[in-house]
Amino acid sequence: MSQDAIVHGVEWTVKELFVYPNEFIYWSIQIVMYPYMTGLVAGAFVLSSLYHVFGQKDLKEIAQFSLVFSLALLPVAALPLLLHLQQPLRAMEPLLTPHFTSAIAAFGIVFTVYGLIVVSEIWFIYREYFVHQLEALRGVPGFWNAQRRIAYTVLTYGARDVSEEAVIVDHKAAKILAAIGIPVACFLHGYAGFIFGSVKANALWMSPLMPVIFIMSAVVSGIALCMLTYIVIMEWQAFRKRRQGGAQAAGDLKGAEKEIISKASRYLLGFLIAAISLELLDLIFRGYTAMKSWDILRSVMYGKDFINIFVLQYTLGNLVPFVLLILPGRTIKRTVVALLLVLFGVFMMRWNVVIGGQAFSLSFAGYMHYHIPVIPHSLETFKEGVFGALTVIATPFVLFWLINKFVPSLRRDIGEV
Amino acid sequence: MSCSRRDFLKDAVSGAAATVLPLSAFTFLTTDEAKAAIAEATVRWAFLVDTTKCVGCGLCVKACKNENEIPYDAPVTRTWVERYVVTKDGRTLADSPNGGRDGFTTGTIRGEEIDPENVAKAFFVPKLCNQCDNPACVQVCPVGATYQTHDGVVLIDREWCIGCGYCIMACPYGVRFFHPEHKVADKCNFCYHRITKGMQPACVDSCAFGARRIANLRDPDDPVTQIITTERVAVLKDEYGTKPHVFYIGLDASVR
Repeated sequence: MSQDAIVHGVEWTVKELFVYPNEFIYWSIQIVMYPYMTGLVAGAFVLSSLYHVFGQKDLKEIAQFSLVFSLALLPVAALPLLLHLQQPLRAMEPLLTPHFTSAIAAFGIVFTVYGLIVVSEIWFIYREYFVHQLEALRGVPGFWNAQRRIAYTVLTYGARDVSEEAVIVDHKAAKILAAIGIPVACFLHGYAGFIFGSVKANALWMSPLMPVIFIMSAVVSGIALCMLTYIVIMEWQAFRKRRQGGAQAAGDLKGAEKEIISKASRYLLGFLIAAISLELLDLIFRGYTAMKSWDILRSVMYGKDFINIFVLQYTLGNLVPFVLLILPGRTIKRTVVALLLVLFGVFMMRWNVVIGGQAFSLSFAGYMHYHIPVIPHSLETFKEGVFGALTVIATPFVLFWLINKFVPSLRRDIGEV
Repeated sequence: MSCSRRDFLKDAVSGAAATVLPLSAFTFLTTDEAKAAIAEATVRWAFLVDTTKCVGCGLCVKACKNENEIPYDAPVTRTWVERYVVTKDGRTLADSPNGGRDGFTTGTIRGEEIDPENVAKAFFVPKLCNQCDNPACVQVCPVGATYQTHDGVVLIDREWCIGCGYCIMACPYGVRFFHPEHKVADKCNFCYHRITKGMQPACVDSCAFGARRIANLRDPDDPVTQIITTERVAVLKDEYGTKPHVFYIGLDASVR
């Protein structure tokens, strides 16, 4: 057989007992990454909106950062889908000929609407800063300064009025956009849950709770990632300041501030409790109603995937960070460990849904095991392997670094609302 | 008002173009095409599998792979044959190695030798796309690349499928797969290119035992339709609400 004629899924699927011939693990690591990254986007946005809409003042600093970080995460929510398509060059078709009975058809529209909201909110918050930058750069010599001036000229869109009234209007608009953004962000992710929850052929996925579970865990992971990145960046800046400028400069930057972190972790815990409750409700309900599929589901959940579900996801990913966050005398280091575990837990939840949902055959009489390709030997094993997933994980940080060059989300004096 | 010859010719040419171009959007249909296009279809394709006649030779799978250009050794197939063995001690064993392509020639299922004395019942079940009336695969296709024709067959547009795999996930029967060469979704279409020209599907033609037959449900005189409408037939997995159109004679509760 030629290299081209390899059946998608054969390389990482191992079948056990009676499985239909055409069944393979068609949705692999990139489809695990897709709801994971979308969840991070939605969660980051919700965290920023807690300040912008609900006026949680102590979240202010992390809110600016979360909003811009959510923009950096946004393209990466679509990237796994692109890497997963068998015909990536036809990726625009869902926008050209959307077939609206399909949940996926709405992706482009929801995604675009959400992207526009995030971009415009950022624009309204930072417009004043853009104009000031433009003024500061006027007449400054140097090639790169000229480039920056052009960039800021474009970014202002010609709206250079920075009078008090104009800025008030800006902030009002940002607030309204943040408010509209919350349901849209929830929709963006709840709908990722719907994609799975509405597949009636899949006994594990089919559940009306799926979208809600996805939203809750999305907010958990989004808050966790924002807190984590915020802590790391702040500590790094404080560390650098201490080394360069001595004690008085370090006084300006206190590192990750305790109040922000404790407030944000309270929200994190709230959403974590909601997510776990819903997941357990789903599990109990399946066991209690014991439909035809329960026998095979039980053997997967309590047998083959026990470590993945109950040890890695619920214990290590939920219970341990929960305890770490509520025990008194919390330190930054302990918080970082807890946040890493929360992120891992949500990832395992996505894994257990996507891969776990394909761990058993439609015949209910056989199993499929997923062996993720580590060392790629073809484009497909790169895209749908460990390195493809790592590419997806790394991209938002690169994008954030780039965006942050023009939109300084970490500076505390800019972007007051 | 004056009209030079030049102006007249210019206007005449553009006027003619403006009239003809929209008209070219219309096409003349042959009588058959016109008949096919109007709503009240005279054809609804269905399939009848008589499991009591199937001997598990695998010729249908071979014929299908050749006819529909599915790479012969690729572990995917548009149709396949399953073997079921229910033992006297109450176990159900099933297998379909290579989709049953090479026939079932030994009494071994996944390395386990089955004692013939212990067999309570054993039979073969050919499977293919059910051409559902309410197809889940068509519902979930984000670009409309898979669609249902007026005569009930679900087809795939290879030029438009993006290869997302949602239809594969949505099918409760596991009939869909990614074509190893075209890299798009693929499945049985009752050999649509044959049945629309008055021929039989390749698997039907190749079955020496009459276990597979195709029917037009809208034709009351069709002998296969008469069997479906007057005898006791069953369908697979009707609990999914897909309204499958492959009917089975002699289906057993152990069939998955």
